[in-house]
Amino acid sequence: MKRIIAGFAAALLCVATGATVPLPDGRQPLIESDAIPQKLSAFGLFPFGPEAPLVSFGYTLRTPLFSDYTDKRRFVSIPDGKKAKVRADGTIDFPVGTVLIKSFGWSDVNGGRPVETRLLIHRASGWVALPYIWDADGKDATLALGGRRVPASFRSPDGETHDIRYAVPNRNQCKECHSLNGAIVPIGPKARNFIFPAEIARTPPMLFENPEALKPAMPIWDAPESGSVAARARAYLDVNCAHCHNPAGSASNSGLFLRWTDDPTGVNYGIGKRPTAAGRGSGGMDFAIQPGDPDRSFLIYRLESTDPGIAMPEVGRSTVHKEGAALLRQWIAEMPKGAH
Amino acid sequence: MRIHILQRARLLSVALIAIAAMPAAAKTIRVSSDGADANEKLQEALILAQPGDTVELAPGIWKLTDGLSLDVANVTVRGAGVAEGGSILDFTGQQGAGEGLLVTSDDVFLTNFAVLNTKGDGIKSKGADRIVYHKLRVEWTAGPKETNGAYGIYPVESTDVLIDSVVVRGASDAGIYVGQSKNIVVRDSIATENVAGIEIENSYDADVHDNIATKNTGGILVFDLPSLPMQGGHNVRVFDNIVNDNSTPNFAPKGNIVASVPTGTGVLIMANRNVEIFDNILADNGTANVMIVGYRYEHKDPNYQPLPKAIVVRGNQHGRAGYAPQFPGGDMVAAAMGGSVPPVLWDGAGDAIVLDEVGVLSLNLPDVKTPQSEAKPAPADLSKGTPPAALPAIKLPESMEAQIK
Repeated sequence: MKRIIAGFAAALLCVATGATVPLPDGRQPLIESDAIPQKLSAFGLFPFGPEAPLVSFGYTLRTPLFSDYTDKRRFVSIPDGKKAKVRADGTIDFPVGTVLIKSFGWSDVNGGRPVETRLLIHRASGWVALPYIWDADGKDATLALGGRRVPASFRSPDGETHDIRYAVPNRNQCKECHSLNGAIVPIGPKARNFIFPAEIARTPPMLFENPEALKPAMPIWDAPESGSVAARARAYLDVNCAHCHNPAGSASNSGLFLRWTDDPTGVNYGIGKRPTAAGRGSGGMDFAIQPGDPDRSFLIYRLESTDPGIAMPEVGRSTVHKEGAALLRQWIAEMPKGAH
Repeated sequence: MRIHILQRARLLSVALIAIAAMPAAAKTIRVSSDGADANEKLQEALILAQPGDTVELAPGIWKLTDGLSLDVANVTVRGAGVAEGGSILDFTGQQGAGEGLLVTSDDVFLTNFAVLNTKGDGIKSKGADRIVYHKLRVEWTAGPKETNGAYGIYPVESTDVLIDSVVVRGASDAGIYVGQSKNIVVRDSIATENVAGIEIENSYDADVHDNIATKNTGGILVFDLPSLPMQGGHNVRVFDNIVNDNSTPNFAPKGNIVASVPTGTGVLIMANRNVEIFDNILADNGTANVMIVGYRYEHKDPNYQPLPKAIVVRGNQHGRAGYAPQFPGGDMVAAAMGGSVPPVLWDGAGDAIVLDEVGVLSLNLPDVKTPQSEAKPAPADLSKGTPPAALPAIKLPESMEAQIK
């Protein structure tokens, strides 16, 4: 969190002082072109190294996507003079030229420097996802269109040490999650989940046409005061699963739909739902969710596995999110038995 | 000979790779299985390919740790063969992704390579119209095991699908599985030692012909399931196939629908309408050569139609069948009928016309609500009645047939 604030400070300083740091020429035209630079530095977003991009604003999410316990830093860069708009359905319409910037790392790996930075760039032709892996010296990052496995050893919050081969996604895998009707879209920034410091949203330069519409109504998955177990479980499923598990997403054929807006009592939410194409993912169980019985709910089985033939999500997870799985276990255990 | 994509990318890194601005002349991108970064190089080639390009897989054994994916339309992925000395994509050490190769773009042609031992599905295509699977081998080399991946060849949510001259072995669900798709041809292929050899599920307009489905648990399945985005499966023709000796004990993980397929099933139709089964050679299927049933699980889908309707069985050659029927009480019924039950088995719900000159055993379950414990097995005559008009042959776009000529 400190780093994000530091990022803000640097960004604010820059805006407030009228950019005393010289910006690379032609940054915005490059962002808006079809170019796919080999080096992240070409965009001029990170002139001071990996800590925080210049001329951008940090944001956080009420409930974030789990990615192997990485500490994520999220920023958005909106071109001068343009504004984002919250749509009626709560998604955010970012103008062409916007860059969503997300850096992934662990506090106990590489001194907390990010391992990778992913850009989601809104170009005239649509959103483009570009994964960059930071070089060993931390000065620049290199395009990894084909993805890569990066060895990492870190401790999770419970103190356990994990040695994993962290998967930086390839460009297609970016799209697997960021896909809606076959086109790339942002996932995280939705009005119900998006936390953008009010003072930045409402003070010049105005970045949103309708900042009052940013209403982060969804619970914080691990903050009991923010919602009931069921509400937090649904927030967790929305953020961690629904980008694929929706009728226009990569898992549309499964018939399992886990958006915040889906009916949480229906068979299409997993209650009493038999496996469709789960294969070994069924774990020998009949239903995705067996009310009252998490040990007979293969949704839990898949979340608690790291075997690629079983694990969900299929992309972006090499460790089990114990705390997330525990929340979903509690949610299922508290459902009345025979509720389907 | 070899063009290393990374080197090429490095050369170009001085300037920026302005992909969209590149000339559109189709090119061949050759990738080698050598080196520790073969997986990454191949994936990069699949990403950097332009419409019209061919990604050529060098011969050799590719040791892959992560699933591959292709999202560029009109790309050919071509190997140097499916057997030893060919292009063998070996996923024994796979660490991530739900399948070996995932295709999500239209007009893709996959030909002449093998995919082995994936942790999940072998080759999946989703929303990939006009895909052609040709001369491929997808195999779990240890044979039937519950720990094998689910589907070998797995197109889903696609229009115009051609599967031609493939071999699939060892899938713990279906070797060749076409789901929620339209206008489908599966032909000249071999499915062996899978739970289901070939399965057409929640799909419309399919021809399954000139295949061999042998030593699976069930040879060829035509299913429809509830609570899915596309359902109401219909217009499927199963003809000129050899469906024999489907005797492998069911090794599907429990819970999956195919885990309920009895060992020794030839052709199984569940909850579809307008399915024609004709001119096949059906033999040595211990439960039944042909089985026609409703969907008998509880469901809450008001739009779902659980009964088989307008099923036609005609002109098939029947060898031995029904000598080891794997349904409750089957052994007693077989004993009472002189050692085996008739080769065509109907659960008694829905409607079917059987013109083959063999016996039909009905379980006389009048609807899908009646529990199987109330079955009253007895011979039935389904040869009366007028069959519906014959279904037309499936016609695929010329561009697809041209690719394999």
